Amino acid sequence: MISVVAQYKLDVRCEDDVVVVRRKARQLAQLRRLDPFATAAITTAVSELSRNVLVHGRGGIALLEEVSDGTRYGIRATFEDQGPGIDNLERALAGGYSTTRTMGLGLSGSRRLVDRFDIQTTVGKGTMIRVEKWQSA
Amino acid sequence: MTGNIPILKIGRTLLVSIQVELSDAVAESLQNDVLSAIERSDAKGLVVDISGFDTVDTYVARILADMAKMARLMGADTVISGMRPEVAATLVRMGYTMDEVRFALNLDEALALLGHVLAK
Ligand SMILES: Nc1ncnc2c1ncn2[C@@H]1O[C@H](COP(=O)(O)OP(=O)(O)O)[C@@H](O)[C@H]1O
Ligand SMILES: [Mg+2]
Repeated sequence: MISVVAQYKLDVRCEDDVVVVRRKARQLAQLRRLDPFATAAITTAVSELSRNVLVHGRGGIALLEEVSDGTRYGIRATFEDQGPGIDNLERALAGGYSTTRTMGLGLSGSRRLVDRFDIQTTVGKGTMIRVEKWQSA
Repeated sequence: MTGNIPILKIGRTLLVSIQVELSDAVAESLQNDVLSAIERSDAKGLVVDISGFDTVDTYVARILADMAKMARLMGADTVISGMRPEVAATLVRMGYTMDEVRFALNLDEALALLGHVLAK
């Protein structure tokens, strides 16, 4: 059973919001004593995914949570937007593909950095992505 | 203006030590400031120290790689120094490669790479 220890809901409407969300993620990871590698991993994934909300999803929200399974702490980050959705999810997750001619490594890279990665997307409705990073055992 | 990111000159090498979090606006003006400084000083080398960064996402990585490419077009070689282990691990895991840039463990090694003879 995973319990939520604390929860922070943040807007992702402009570039400064991306900085705020990233900073908060880093602060929570350090507070919950994730090691520097895990902290860099979740902070980077949060940075990529919140930028995607802004650039591809026309803005949305980020929900950052401190979570616990009774023995370890982790950070969970959920991103939601009501943007265009992702029509070819397989291609977007494979990496190296971008509709904005940027790197195309944000989605695939984030997935590799975290312990858990869930995505729900509907064309024309929006996208929800949830990631978790836990203290190493 | 990048304001709080000073660009120092050591011989024919420019040294930029980034100790602040790079927002989009700061990153872009830093790129411009560095290129102007290369032109003004006729620098042949550029060292960008990122030991102050505990995360580098693909956006910042691209800013750094682009800066190196632009510097190259102006005749200056770039060395990025001080990348922390967790940053290197994160970039590799994401599948990011920066083939156009050289790297050094620290400032001393970066300057040595660019041909500066260091006092013992
Ligand atoms: N929140 C989102 N809403 C709609 N499309 C998205 C979203 N996130 C990612 N995508 C799509 O997936 C592609 C890959 O994303 P990513 O790997 O982050 O690369 P990049 O952001 O450089 O394009 C994007 O180009 C975009 O088409
Ligand atoms: Mg992206």
